[in-house]
Amino acid sequence: MPTTLAEIDFSKPLPSEQGDRVIQFREALREAMTEEMRKDDRVFLMGEEVAYYNGAYKVSQGMLDEFGPQRIIDAPISENGFAGLAVGAAMYGLRPIIEFMSWSFSLVAADQLLNNVPKMLYMSGGQWGCPVVFRGNNGAGGQLGSTHSWTVEAMYANVPGLKIAIPSNPYDAKGLLKTAIVDDDPVFFLESERMLSDKAHVPQEEYFIPFGKAALRRGTWSGERNSDVTLVSFGRPVNFCVEAADELEKDGIVCDVLDMRTVRPLDIDSIIQSIKRTNKIVVVDQCWPFASVASEVITQVCEKAFDYLDHQPVRVNTDDVPTPYAKNLEAEYLPHKGKIMRAVKSVVSKG
Amino acid sequence: MTSSTMTQHQSSTQPTAAPGAIQHPEGSIYNITSSKVHMNGQGKPAQRQGPRPSDALPNATLIKWLRDMILIREFENRCAQAYQQAKIGGFCHLYIGQEALAVGTINSLNHDDPIVTAYRDHGHALARGMSPRACMAEMFGKLAGCAKGKGGSMHMFDKPNWNFGGHGIVGAQTPLGAGLAFAAKYEFDVMKRSVDGSPAKKKVALAYLGDGALNQGALHEAMNLAGLWGLPVIFVVENNRYSMGTAIERGTTMAHDLKQKAVAYGFEGVHIDGMDIRNIYDEFKPLVDRCRENSRPAFVDLLTYRYQGHSMSDPQKYRVKDEVEMFKQRDSITLLEQHLLTERKCISEADVDAIVAECKSLSADSVEFAENAAAPELEELYSDVYKNIQPNLSPTRDYVHGTKNALL
Repeated sequence: MPTTLAEIDFSKPLPSEQGDRVIQFREALREAMTEEMRKDDRVFLMGEEVAYYNGAYKVSQGMLDEFGPQRIIDAPISENGFAGLAVGAAMYGLRPIIEFMSWSFSLVAADQLLNNVPKMLYMSGGQWGCPVVFRGNNGAGGQLGSTHSWTVEAMYANVPGLKIAIPSNPYDAKGLLKTAIVDDDPVFFLESERMLSDKAHVPQEEYFIPFGKAALRRGTWSGERNSDVTLVSFGRPVNFCVEAADELEKDGIVCDVLDMRTVRPLDIDSIIQSIKRTNKIVVVDQCWPFASVASEVITQVCEKAFDYLDHQPVRVNTDDVPTPYAKNLEAEYLPHKGKIMRAVKSVVSKG
Repeated sequence: MTSSTMTQHQSSTQPTAAPGAIQHPEGSIYNITSSKVHMNGQGKPAQRQGPRPSDALPNATLIKWLRDMILIREFENRCAQAYQQAKIGGFCHLYIGQEALAVGTINSLNHDDPIVTAYRDHGHALARGMSPRACMAEMFGKLAGCAKGKGGSMHMFDKPNWNFGGHGIVGAQTPLGAGLAFAAKYEFDVMKRSVDGSPAKKKVALAYLGDGALNQGALHEAMNLAGLWGLPVIFVVENNRYSMGTAIERGTTMAHDLKQKAVAYGFEGVHIDGMDIRNIYDEFKPLVDRCRENSRPAFVDLLTYRYQGHSMSDPQKYRVKDEVEMFKQRDSITLLEQHLLTERKCISEADVDAIVAECKSLSADSVEFAENAAAPELEELYSDVYKNIQPNLSPTRDYVHGTKNALL
C-alpha cells in the first residue's frame, strides 16, 4: 500500500545517523525510489539512460531488473517532451519520477517546469495538482563548463507551487526523496554529481525526513557557550561549511552550521533561533549572488530578526560569472572553504 | 501561390493581404491546402462511396450534435457581447465556425477518454458537458467558474468530464496529451486497474492543437514519444488556416499535405473536412477505434475555419472577406440542419427554432448567472497553490485551503 504524507508521523525522532550500514549517496537515492515503487505501482521512473544503461550516474542501477521496462523507462533526449508527459500522467493520477541527467538540461523543459508543473493546481481551481518528482544533478560537476554547471534552485524557487529539496548527504538523500515521492505537490530534488559517491550510514529502518526542518551540523542548540556565527547552507556547500567550521574551531571560532535540507519551504525559524544566540549570519549558496537563495535568506532574516543582528548579513555565493572550465578557475569560482572562512573571520572580528 | 497571382485577385475594397494568404475564394483554399484529399476543388467534400457510419446513428444523436453546436455558437455570441462590455477580461478566443470539430471529435469518444486542448477552449468544454454557467462564470472571474475564477477564458478545466484543460502556451498541451495516453496505457498494461481502483479500460486521449502549434518543438517531441511508445493519443490539428494572422503556408512546411508530419513519426496521419460533422464522425470514429484497439497514436489534419478574429482584438487585415464568406457557405450548423430537415426529415423548422431558442436562453442564463455570482473572496488568492500546506512555503504569508471547486 502506498504511504501518504498524512500518515507519516513527523513528530517521531529520526533514526540515528550513526551506524555501520555505509552506502553511497546514489545507493541511498536508489533505495528511496525502490522502496516507494514497491509500495505504489503508480510510481515510475523515466529519464535519459535510466534503464538499460543503468543510469548515466548509476543511480538507477539494477532497477530495470526489478521493475522492468514499463516502470523504468528510457526516454530519448527530449526533456520538454517527457517533462510534459509527466505533467499529463500526474494529472491523470500517476506519480512520475523524472530524472534529469543534469538540471542544466531542464532549461529546455522550462515551459513545462515553470508554467505547467507549479501552476496546474491553481489554474484549474484546485482540480488537479501535479505530483511529480523531478530529480538530477545540480551544480558544477567538475570542469563541465558553463552550460552543464547550472545551479537552478534560485531560479525555480522563485515560482510558487513548487517544493525544492537539496540534500547534502546520503542519509538525507534517502529520507528527503521518500518524502518527495509521497508528497502531493511537485518536488524539484537537486542532487550533485560530486556527491553521488559520498558514503555514510543509512539506517535499515524506514524513515521520512520532513520538508522545512533544517539540521544542525555543527554547534548545539543548548551549548555551554553560544556559537560565534550562524552558517546557513544547503546541498553540497553544507559540506564546505562543515570543513570551514572544523578548521575555524581550531582558532577558537565556533559556528552553528545549519543544513536547510529544503529551500522551499525554508526553515527560517531555525535560522532565527540560531541568530538569537550568535547575532551573526553568513549564508553560503552555490547560486550566483544576484536574487539568489542567499538573498532570500538574508532578506527574511532582516525582516524577522533585524534587532538580533550585530553585524550585517554576509553571503558567500559562487562568483558572479559563467562557470569556467579551467580546474583552478572552477575551484575558485565555487563557494569553497577558504571563502567561507574568510567571510566568517570578517564577521567575527568586526563583531 | 505567387505574389503576382495574389495581386491579380485583389479587389480594391479588400484589405491588403499578407503574402501567402488566400486571395480568391473559388477553388482556392481547397486546392492549395491540406484538405485536397477530401475536396474536389469546388469547395465541396468528396462524395463518400458506400454507407456512412453516421447513417447508422439514431436521429436523436444527430439532433443532440446540432443542439451542442448551436449552444456553442450562441454561447460564444454572448461571450463576444460580454467581452465588448468589458465584463470578460484578458484574452478571449471564440470558437464560432469551428463547432463541428469539437462536437464531432468528442462524440467519437467515450466519456472517460481524456482530452486536453489549447486556449480556444470554450467549445470543447461545452461539448464535453461543462455547464454554460460554470464556463461563463469562469470568464467573469467568479468563484462558481470551473477554475474558481483563477484560470479565465484560456483555462477551462473539468475533471468530472475528463477535460484536462485549456492551455495558454501554444503547443505546450501536446506533451500532456501524450502523458494522458501514457497514463491510460500504464493503467491497462502495468497496474491492471485504473488509478481509482475500477477495472482498467483501453482509452484514447485527444490532444487538440491549432495549426500554429505545428511549428512548436513540444509537439514534435510529443509525437516522437507517442510513436516510439505506442501511446494511444490522437493529435487533432484544428487547422483554421491561421496562427493569429499568419496563414499556414507562411509558417509551416508541407502545409498542403500535413499528414506527412505523422509519417515521419511512424504513425497514421489523415486529413478530414471539419466543416461537416457527419464527415468528421465517419472518418474520426473509426480512427479512434483503431487507436484504442491497437494502442497507437494518430495525427489528424482537420480543416476548419474561425469566422471571428484570432481574439477579440483582431482587426483581421490578413484575410479577405470572400474567404470568410466561402466558409460560411458551408457552415457546419447549416449543413447538419439541412441534413436533418431534408434528408433524414427527422426535424422541422419549428424544431430547429426551438433548439435555437433553448440555446439562446441557456447562454443568456449563463451570463445572468455569471453576473450575479459571487467573486472569489480575497482569501482565495492564497488557496490552491499547494496541496500539502506547511509552514514557511512563502516568506510573505501562509497558504490556505480554499473553497472546494464547485465541479468536484
